[in-house]
Amino acid sequence: MAEKREAIWIARDLSKCSGCRRCEIVCSLFHEKRIWPEASRIRVFMLVPGVEFPHFCVQCEDYPCVEACPTKALSVSKETGAVLVDKDACIGCGKCIEACPGKVPHIHPTENKVLICDLCGGDPQCVKVCQEGLWNVLRVVPRKAHAYKLYARAPEEIAKDLAIKLYGEEGERLL
Amino acid sequence: MIRGYAGKFLEVDLSTKNIKEVRFSDEVLMDYVGGRGLAAKILWDRLGSKWETVDPLGPENLLLFLTGPLTGFFPGGRICVSGKSPQSNGVIGSTIGGEFGVELKCAGYDGIIIEGEAEKPVYLFIKDGDVEIRDAAHIWGLDAKRTVAVLTKECRELLKKRYPQRGEWREQSILYIGPAGENKVRTAVVAAKWSHAAGYGGYGAVMGAKKLKAVAVKGTGPLPEVADMDAVKRLIQEVCNSVYENELWRRWGTGSAGYYVGARSSSEPVRNWQEEWHDEKSFGVDQFENRVWIKQYWGDFGCPTTCLKVAMVKAGRFKGAITDNPDYELQAYVGTNLGIFTPEGNVYVASVLDDLGLCGIQTGNVLGFVAELFQRGILTKADLDGIEPKWGDAEAFAALARKIAFREGIGNILAEGTYRAALKIGELKGVDVMPYAVHVKGIGVGAHGVRSGKDYPEIYSYACSVQGGDHTSTACMPLDDFRSELIMIFHDSGVHCYFNVFEVPLTLVFDFYKAITGVELTKEEWVNTKAMRIIQLQRAMLLLGGPDLKWNPKIHDDNPARFYEPLPSGPFKGKTVDRVRMEEEKRKYYELVGWDERGVPKSEILKRLGLNDVDKVLEKLR
Repeated sequence: MAEKREAIWIARDLSKCSGCRRCEIVCSLFHEKRIWPEASRIRVFMLVPGVEFPHFCVQCEDYPCVEACPTKALSVSKETGAVLVDKDACIGCGKCIEACPGKVPHIHPTENKVLICDLCGGDPQCVKVCQEGLWNVLRVVPRKAHAYKLYARAPEEIAKDLAIKLYGEEGERLL
Repeated sequence: MIRGYAGKFLEVDLSTKNIKEVRFSDEVLMDYVGGRGLAAKILWDRLGSKWETVDPLGPENLLLFLTGPLTGFFPGGRICVSGKSPQSNGVIGSTIGGEFGVELKCAGYDGIIIEGEAEKPVYLFIKDGDVEIRDAAHIWGLDAKRTVAVLTKECRELLKKRYPQRGEWREQSILYIGPAGENKVRTAVVAAKWSHAAGYGGYGAVMGAKKLKAVAVKGTGPLPEVADMDAVKRLIQEVCNSVYENELWRRWGTGSAGYYVGARSSSEPVRNWQEEWHDEKSFGVDQFENRVWIKQYWGDFGCPTTCLKVAMVKAGRFKGAITDNPDYELQAYVGTNLGIFTPEGNVYVASVLDDLGLCGIQTGNVLGFVAELFQRGILTKADLDGIEPKWGDAEAFAALARKIAFREGIGNILAEGTYRAALKIGELKGVDVMPYAVHVKGIGVGAHGVRSGKDYPEIYSYACSVQGGDHTSTACMPLDDFRSELIMIFHDSGVHCYFNVFEVPLTLVFDFYKAITGVELTKEEWVNTKAMRIIQLQRAMLLLGGPDLKWNPKIHDDNPARFYEPLPSGPFKGKTVDRVRMEEEKRKYYELVGWDERGVPKSEILKRLGLNDVDKVLEKLR
C-alpha cells in the first residue's frame, strides 16, 4: 500500500522521554485548539514512575486498522503515509483499536470518533517540541523498508520493557 | 465571567459519604486566585471562628487539594495541598508537582475539599463527574512504591471495565500517603509518583487521620477556556525558550547545590546545623551524575526544565535503592545534615523516607536533632531502642525513620516533629534540648542557612514567615522582591512551579494570569492588596494556633537558637546573626506588613483589606 512513497516516519527513542508531555500539549492545540491531553493523538503513559513514554501510531506496513474499518473511514495519506480519519464516516466502533497490535488508537473524549496520529500533514508538532527541548525522543526520518510494525505494542508491554531496562530486576516489582 | 477555571469544586464528606459540588464567586476567585490563597480563604470562612479548638488531626479539619488558573497552562504542573497544619497549627500552602492538578481540571474541578473522617480506610476514585469513595483496606499499610503499583493497575482496570469503548486507558493521576501518613506522623507527606511530595505542613498526617489513603483522578475534558489562547501559547513558548538556555538548571536541577551550597555559600545544614560548611568532593554533583542518576531529565506536565532526576544505587550495600535526584533539600537534609557524604548513602535514606511516606526535610530535621542529642549523650542507645545514630550511619537513620513512621518506641515521640519532640524529651530528661531544635514555629527550617549571608534568605526570613521554616515562603524586603513571601504566594496560588519563573521577568506571570483569566492584575495590586490579604489571614490563623500549642510572636518570631551561634568553620567562620540587627529588621518588616509591635496584624490594615471579621477575632491577642 505505502510502498515507494515520499513518506516520513517518527523515529522514537522511548527511554529518553522526560515525561514533560509538551508533545500532548502541542498536539491537542494543533488539532483541537485546546490543551486537551486525552484528545491528543500522542499520549504519554506512566504506568511506572520514571518510565514515561509516548504512545502513538507507527504506521504499520500493512495498516491493519485501515483493513479493519467497516465504514472505510480510514485511509492512508499518499503524501505522508499517515492514517487519515474521515470523521463523517467514522462511527467510533473501535474495530481499528482491536486490529491495532499496539492498541494505539483511542476514541475522542467527547466526539464518538477515533483519534489517530496524522503526522500533522508531514510536519509533526510533537517532534518540534521534543527536538526543541533537546530530548530527541522523537525525530522525523524518511520512511524506508523497515519493520515499523514492531513498534506497535500495548502500553503494558512497553512499560515492562522500559522498567526493566531502567531499574533492572527492581523493575518487575514496580509494575 | 473569569476564565481559566473549571468552575466548580468537589466537596466530599468522608463521615457522611456526602459528595457535592460547590462554587465560588468570581470576586472570591479574583481576590484569592486559587491554591494557597483560596485555601486561606476557605479555612478562615469555615473554621476561623473556632480555629483554636480545631484539632488538625481531628475530623473537623479540612483537607484541601486546590489548583489555580495557571495550573496546566504555565509550564510545570502542580497542585496545592492545605488545611490546618499539624506542624504549625496555622495554614501552609504546600505544593506538589505532577499531573494531578491537570487531570483534576480536565475532570471539571478546580479543587477538592475533604471534610470529616472515614470509618475505615478509603480512597477516592474520580473519573470526570463520576466520584466514588472506595474501600482501601487492601492498600492500607503499603509503602509508596507498592501503593502506586497496585493503585495504578487497579484504577486502569476499573476504567477499562466501566468505559470499555474508548481504547487503552491511560493511568489516573494519584496523590497518596505512605505508612507515616496512616500513623498520623506530623512529618508525613502527601505524595505523587514515588518521591514527589507536599511536605511542608504535614498534610500526610491529616490525610491519614481522615483514613484517606489516596485520591485517583482521570479527567478526559480539555483544560478550561482561556481569555486569549494566542497569548497563552506565546507565553508558554517564552518561558520554554528562556528555560532551555539554562543548562545548569536543566542538567542538574538543584542537585549541584549539595556540594556548592556547603562549599561556597556555606549555608547548608551539616550535622544538625552545627556547621554550615563542608568541602566533601565525594558529594559533588559529578558523583551523583556519574554514579546514581539513571534518568537525568525527569519532568512534570509541560515542564521544560525537568529539574528532577531518577536515582538508583546499582551496586554495593544500598543496591536497589530508588528515589529522585535527591534534590538539594534532600541532599542536605538526609545527606550532609546527617553526616552522610556519599550519593549512595544519600539515595538510600531518601528512598527509605519515600517508601514510608515521610518528608525528607522535616524528618531529616528530626533525625539530625536526635543524632545531636545522641552525640551529646542526652539520648542513649537504650533511649533509642538500641539504635545508635552516629553521624554518617545511613542504616541507623533508616532504622530510626522506620520507628518514626510506625510510631514504635522512641519513634512515637519523634513522630511529633522536632519541636514537639524537643518539648517532650526536655521534659523526660530534665534538660533543655530546645537549643538543638532547628525549627521556626514547628516547621523545620529549609536547608538554606542565614548566618553566612551568602544564600537567598535574609536573617528574618524564616522568623517572620507565615509558613515558619518553609524555605519556599520566605519573608523578604522589599515586599515585591522575587524572594518575598508575597510573591511566592502568587506562585502557590497560581498554582504553578516557580522554578520555571526564575529565567523570565516576574511580570510575565501576571501577563500569564491575564491571558488566562482575562483579568488585569499588576504586581503592585497583587502585593499591596491581594497577597497582603492572604498573608494577614495566614498570620491570623498562625497566631490563633491551638489546640496543643500556640505561638507568641515575642518569643517565636525568631531564628532557631543555633543561628545565633558563630559558624565554627569554613570561609565565613565566626559569622552569625546579630540580635540587634535582627530586631531592627523584624520591626521594619512588621511595619511594612502592618503588624503592631507585638506582631499582631493591626486593625487599620485589616479594615483596609476588608477583613473586619479577622480584626474582631484578633482583638483577644492585642
